[in-house]
Amino acid sequence: MNRNGPVALVFHMLFLAFLLAPILVVCVVAFTSQGYLSLPTEGLSLRWFKAIGDNPEFARAFRDSLLLGAVSSTIAVAFSVPAALAIARHQFRGREAITALFLSPLMVPHIVLGIAFLRFFTQIGLGGTFAGLVLSHVVIILPFALRLILAASTGMDRSIENAAASLGATSWTTFRRVTLPLILPGVASGWVLAFINSFDEVTMTVFIASPETTTLPVRLFLYIQDNIDPLVAAVSASLIFMTVAAMLVLDRLYGLERLLVGRGQE
Amino acid sequence: MTAVDAHKSMMESSDAASKSAPPDRPERRPLAPYLLSLPALALFAVLLLVPLVMTGLLSLNSFGFYTGIEDVWQLGNYIDIVTDDYFHEIFLRTFRIAVVVTLLCAVLGAPEAYILRRMRSPWRGLCLLVVLGPLLISVVSRTLGWALLFGSTGIINTALMAVGLIATPIEFMYTETGVIIALTHVLVPFMVLSVWASLQRLDPQVENAALSLGAKPFTVLRRVVLPQVVPGILSGSIIVFALAASAFATPAIIGGRRLKVAATLAYDEFLNTLNWPLGAAIAILLLLANIVIIVGCNRLVERRYKQVFE
Repeated sequence: MNRNGPVALVFHMLFLAFLLAPILVVCVVAFTSQGYLSLPTEGLSLRWFKAIGDNPEFARAFRDSLLLGAVSSTIAVAFSVPAALAIARHQFRGREAITALFLSPLMVPHIVLGIAFLRFFTQIGLGGTFAGLVLSHVVIILPFALRLILAASTGMDRSIENAAASLGATSWTTFRRVTLPLILPGVASGWVLAFINSFDEVTMTVFIASPETTTLPVRLFLYIQDNIDPLVAAVSASLIFMTVAAMLVLDRLYGLERLLVGRGQE
Repeated sequence: MTAVDAHKSMMESSDAASKSAPPDRPERRPLAPYLLSLPALALFAVLLLVPLVMTGLLSLNSFGFYTGIEDVWQLGNYIDIVTDDYFHEIFLRTFRIAVVVTLLCAVLGAPEAYILRRMRSPWRGLCLLVVLGPLLISVVSRTLGWALLFGSTGIINTALMAVGLIATPIEFMYTETGVIIALTHVLVPFMVLSVWASLQRLDPQVENAALSLGAKPFTVLRRVVLPQVVPGILSGSIIVFALAASAFATPAIIGGRRLKVAATLAYDEFLNTLNWPLGAAIAILLLLANIVIIVGCNRLVERRYKQVFE
């Protein structure tokens, strides 16, 4: 009895078309064989994907983005695990305030963080460095890692830990051999989500990146401001394909619905 | 991605607090939680609070074209922003864009969430993926798609002219219309997400009860479903509004230099005019407005719909 009527289905189709149209257009334009933007395109070719490899700036920005994402999500996870364990299993004064502080980068517009980090790094001599990029990315992606690790540690059965402890395991051994494996799905998905957020970030990074150390989205953004050609479409399409691949991994690892909507309530 | 999590975490953090049962035995090491969260706390104190405070102080400095940033303390930048018509226009435009985008997201996103919930099993998961997946795709790539669609020889104009609806191409690039369409596309998944979460609490049997008592489907929608998803629409609106008001990449690409909003204005002051104190003042105003709106509206929504959230 709870079926969607024809009007609802038409609305649904139009909605999906609206959501997918710009993404599909990027992917189609990227495969053009022409030297300029043309739609519908006449011939298909991979020449613009090859052109990415020939453009050293995009290639270097891509490598820097991957490295930045990997390093900063690893650091963010390393800081998040103990903090999540503290918040999940202890009642202590200031617990709510500390949690709010850790999640607060989500409430600050990235443009404000970009300006704040630009000022800060220029003052302390880290302006335009890779270290500066890493530190700023750790701050903005930590909430994403923390949330998933927090969810994993909150739902965990602690009796196994107690068993390990009563059998004489030290607390470090208990953590390494019991706790960590149990929260590993949360930790791994937290890492991937943090990586995606670092990899996609543009608003804050555009302030602190320098021509020598920059990320792919920033390079893309600055390029688009000057001109739009099939090359940027090819770069964007590669980004889209990679994101879809990461989504499939996350779906396997954690369940995309659970990741985006929160713990299932059904 | 950001604000939805902000909002969800606000609800979840209190959730998690009540769920993680208080320790059944007295804490043996009362310092343990502090020691565990100390590294992250230190990191945030140095890397979040210090830069923000420094930005606040910077916004009080003055700027000369020959002397650069001057170490004097005054409110000149704020007075400039409040009294200058140029800034009024930009802030008003930012506000107008954010309001229209929020309304569009509510009108499109709320019905879509409802339709998604009524779908059957394999389709529902798949469609949810298609609707929420774009959240993980780079904003630059998504906006580029709109720039490609918008151009005067882009698909939208070609199609509209082929059908005969318009005689001359509509200007989408560098106009508010274009920015609003692209921003709605970028932000509508947050609305779907928020309404979807509130629909999860809705018992389908209540709808069936109303139907079996003779209510027409539209009456059920209006009298039973809508009142229960209003909190979801409102919290979704807070998220969308906050993100739209501080959006940068989309207005910068679609609006360009010609159509400035608050975020692109701050960017220009920082990286082109090099008037950092003024740029900092704009950023601080944006941050304050954001906090006031998020915290204020959340309070209102939670007080008004207290019973729904519990």
